[in-house]
Amino acid sequence: MSTITHTGALRRPPPIVTRFLVLAALFAVWEAASRAGYVSAFILPPPSAIFQSFEMLFVHEGLVAAFLRTFAEAFAAAGIGSLIGVAVGYTLHRVKIAGRAFTGWVAASASAPLVLLYPLFLVIFGRNSATIVAMGVVGCMPPIILKTKEGLDNVRPVLLNIGRSFGLTPWKQFWMIQFPAALPTIFNGVRIGLLFAIINVVGVEYLIVFGGLGQLISDLGDRFEIPGMYAGILFVILVSVCFFFITEKIETWLLSSK
Amino acid sequence: MTPVLRIKDVAKTFWTPNGGVRALEPISLDIRQGEFISIIGPSGCGKSTLMNIVGGLIEEYEGEVLVDGAAVRGCHKEIGMVFQEESTFPWRTAIDNVAFPLEAAGVPRHERLKRARELLKLVGLDGFEQRFPSELSGGMRQRIAIARTLAFQPRILLMDEPFAALDEQTRLLLGDKVLQIQQELNQTTMLITHNIAEAVQLSDRVLIMTFRPGRILRVVEIDLPRPRSSKLMGGEKFGQYVAAIWEDLRDEASKGLQEMEGARTG
Ligand SMILES: Nc1ncnc2c1ncn2[C@@H]1O[C@H](COP(=O)(O)OP(=O)(O)OP(=O)(O)O)[C@@H](O)[C@H]1O
Ligand SMILES: [Mg+2]
Repeated sequence: MSTITHTGALRRPPPIVTRFLVLAALFAVWEAASRAGYVSAFILPPPSAIFQSFEMLFVHEGLVAAFLRTFAEAFAAAGIGSLIGVAVGYTLHRVKIAGRAFTGWVAASASAPLVLLYPLFLVIFGRNSATIVAMGVVGCMPPIILKTKEGLDNVRPVLLNIGRSFGLTPWKQFWMIQFPAALPTIFNGVRIGLLFAIINVVGVEYLIVFGGLGQLISDLGDRFEIPGMYAGILFVILVSVCFFFITEKIETWLLSSK
Repeated sequence: MTPVLRIKDVAKTFWTPNGGVRALEPISLDIRQGEFISIIGPSGCGKSTLMNIVGGLIEEYEGEVLVDGAAVRGCHKEIGMVFQEESTFPWRTAIDNVAFPLEAAGVPRHERLKRARELLKLVGLDGFEQRFPSELSGGMRQRIAIARTLAFQPRILLMDEPFAALDEQTRLLLGDKVLQIQQELNQTTMLITHNIAEAVQLSDRVLIMTFRPGRILRVVEIDLPRPRSSKLMGGEKFGQYVAAIWEDLRDEASKGLQEMEGARTG
């Protein structure tokens, strides 16, 4: 038994290693192409230049502060979006006709570039954090709504019957059975919603050149700090990917402990 | 004396897009206070349907269900149910599962945990209080479900194949336990089972149902002394009851089997 797993492990490295190797190979090809002059270093600087400018971002451009600001806004958006999204998802689950009428539209909006709605909020709130958070809320709602409805729809009927046989009030039926039974699915929606919020927040920051990582990237671009701009973009991507894996780990951990 | 539970001409047709499925032909039955009734019949004959009607989970049916002489619609607080499917709450520990009906009824925490602990002990699960259902076997989970319903202290207990997931030994011991509680509390019990020996061991009367649409084929009075336990099972009279019930049941069960094979080949 142990020898089988041992040779298996030798043949197939863990996914994290493969992912890293793929990334390293990509950078190597890019570096080589850049040095050989196939791509203009001005349009697409080599990775080495980009990595070097990280230091500048940390020391002079306030990368950490921008990062904290963006994430605070994204978390605020996801928090507000969760409250509204769970309530809307519950309504779509509860009112069957509303569920049939709107679920398809919500699903469609999840694949639409909602970030383009930003002028609307710019008019309502002005060029400030409120617009950015509002856009984050809009972005994170579709997955939260859909997952809430899905989770509530799929609660096993026998669990609801237990509650009914014990004579639970509708209120207790919801809080003691339906909601906890649907919670893993709802959590999954909130996690995806948070990622959508980050994307929207950075996008709007970039578009209205206000606060956080989006503004930083926009500024660097305007100043033709091209390696710095790419370093900023790379940073956003890396942080998002890390965030995706960490929250995924938290989710499986929460599920397995139950 | 009015029967505790009266089932009067209860029948049920399920309506599906492909037409109606007649699950139950009219069934009538009076159950006395403290009586233990078993219902035995081939798969698909409407046993669970009957239990769900009596328990108030199915509200559209023909006929009437009366508790203490009064017609009921919907769930009745004196009726507790144990279901055929897996029904523990996966997000609650064993003890919190058992304490569930007490928590819903607003019993203080200390008190409800004390009672839940006693019940877990009764079903042989002391030491497993803090485990989640996913960490326990199917049989252990079913025992939690039974303890949870008992915590509700129902006067009438409906159980749908509660022992089906258990091994034979656990089944016998747990049957003894349930019988002991039932006799202590003078609980009126309706048990659905596939197991003839179990039905004879536990019951005052065994109802044999026909293949679908279910009706009552025969009612067998089990005239064995009480208090009973699984020790009864070796006896001669016991064997005679089991043989007689199997005689009746065999034809019905083979109809079910034929239909299943017909569906497979045709
Ligand atoms: N919700 C439903 N809709 C349509 N038909 C149903 C429904 N529930 C049960 N039936 C049908 O009614 C019949 C009786 O079902 P029921 O579950 O009561 O059988 P059962 O005697 O409990 O069987 P088993 O011993 O296998 O549990 C079956 O033929 C089943 O297909
Ligand atoms: Mg059944």
